[in-house]
Amino acid sequence: MRNAFADEITKMAATDPRLVLLSGDIGNRLFDKLRAQSPERFMNCGVAEANMMGVAAGMASAGLRPVVYTITPFTTTRCLEQIRVDVAYHNLPVVIVGTGSGLSYASLGPTHHSLEDFAIFRAIPHMQIVAPYDAPSLRAVLRDALAGKKPTYIRIGKKGEKDILPPETAVGIGKSVVAREGRDICILAVGTIASEAVKAADTLKKNHGISPEVVLINTVKPLDTGLLDRLAAKFKTVLTVEEHSKIGGFGEHVASTFAQKGIRNQIICMGTRDEFMHVVGSQEYARTVYEIDAPSIVKAVQQAMTTASAAE
Amino acid sequence: MHSDPKAVDLKTLEQLARTLRYRVIKTSHLSGTPHLGSCLSCLDLLVYFYWQILKIDPKDARAADRDRFILSKGHAAPALFQVLAERGFFPVSDLENYGDDGSLFGEHPPTPGYLPGIEAATGSLGHGLPMGLGMALASRISGKPYSVYAVLSDGECNEGSVWEAAMLASAQKVSNLTIAIDYNKWQATGRSNEVLNLAPLGDKWRAFGWCVSEINGHSFEEMQKAISDNKDDPRPKAIIANTIKGRGVSFMEDDNNWHYRTPNAEELEKAAKELGIAA
Repeated sequence: MRNAFADEITKMAATDPRLVLLSGDIGNRLFDKLRAQSPERFMNCGVAEANMMGVAAGMASAGLRPVVYTITPFTTTRCLEQIRVDVAYHNLPVVIVGTGSGLSYASLGPTHHSLEDFAIFRAIPHMQIVAPYDAPSLRAVLRDALAGKKPTYIRIGKKGEKDILPPETAVGIGKSVVAREGRDICILAVGTIASEAVKAADTLKKNHGISPEVVLINTVKPLDTGLLDRLAAKFKTVLTVEEHSKIGGFGEHVASTFAQKGIRNQIICMGTRDEFMHVVGSQEYARTVYEIDAPSIVKAVQQAMTTASAAE
Repeated sequence: MHSDPKAVDLKTLEQLARTLRYRVIKTSHLSGTPHLGSCLSCLDLLVYFYWQILKIDPKDARAADRDRFILSKGHAAPALFQVLAERGFFPVSDLENYGDDGSLFGEHPPTPGYLPGIEAATGSLGHGLPMGLGMALASRISGKPYSVYAVLSDGECNEGSVWEAAMLASAQKVSNLTIAIDYNKWQATGRSNEVLNLAPLGDKWRAFGWCVSEINGHSFEEMQKAISDNKDDPRPKAIIANTIKGRGVSFMEDDNNWHYRTPNAEELEKAAKELGIAA
């Protein structure tokens, strides 16, 4: 995803003279092409994220289209006040990109995890919250974010994630794609954890005779409420999966939207527990620790199906 | 009144500053708006920037190549509002609803979309300089020649983001950025050199790679000299403006109670007399 980000930014910068990439002292080699192509539009702002975010807001107010890039906790919670005041309150079109989101940096420990970002940004007016699920999805939302004028937070993975869907199916901000068609239950996944959701659905179909539909969504806010209506009409149970705390995350957003609409369908929210992880490991390992990996999704779906049929 | 800055000499500016001081004090009395001491200490700087330095046109407040001014010490907005009105960004009469429910005029500036002349909705300290730096860098990147000015408070230099911006501005050799620090030696609850160790303030900015001048922040002549002496310096510029909190009214000067106190009718009358204003 990281390489797709650098590639897409470089391409867009070639045709959009307003685009400026601000980096918090990371990704130097990653942006070599951009620096060669438009040296004045790559700026290493150092390890000083609060200032970097303010600088981005100032640039946006003067007509540029800054994209701020660093490791997720440092482009979110580290400079939260600058995001809230300089970017969101001023309603400036700054694109904030967090790399290595969720548990991508599981081996670096909780200082580098980001499992609270959806919750925090959901409460900030004007902010769009975007979590693409693979590289083509990232390219599509990035193009969309720069075509629009809203403060946008894009949470991306690291490098080497496999594409989940063919590039031509990638959709822009606010839209969703059906990755697997099914009839028994809907799995609604946001961000890169979508790969686990798809894996789980394939296992459920092959080994357990359950036919789940998997819908991939790339936007937490604004939430596509039309999609929720359609899913509620078609499925008794909707299961959400995210690599984010269950508190204040995507699932809770869906659940509260259902509740406020009076939709009484069963909803199951899978996300990380309310605790920090004190051991290290791979992202795959961390997902098993927090029980959001494919086998955990399989188990949760089986359980949900049993509860649903018992209720009938 | 003095809408054409070219026609204004420094003597006239001094009279204008007295008038605006009185309006700020009167507004504080009528609306209960605090931070009077902070407003009076930076008012001369604001008058000088708005009538002598800034290339701005109140009739075209969003012109792409305008100079930008940011009041980074946003709590002195009551002074800025009076300056902007007098300079023609909006009618002075707009300020009559100051502090009322639903008014735009309170303790801090609103966002630029809501009031002509405002470049940044400051109020949280340590934000104005990074935003101003972004604007100054944007001038270079987009090839639009303009300058950016900001007034910071000394207490504001407690904020780490100020020094983050100072380092980036210097690393990027940003020459079209000038700040004035309203060095009135007070912050909300104590002497600014005691709360955090600010002194020597000029040396700190010099060490961060800035072109520094240290002046009397109530002298238009010294402001003029600081600006013209350094206008070709390739570094970002910091003017350490030594000021007096509550400047212009004897019983407010250097008395930090006026950070939060507002004047009663009798005090307003006394202030008017000292400023030579027929109330």
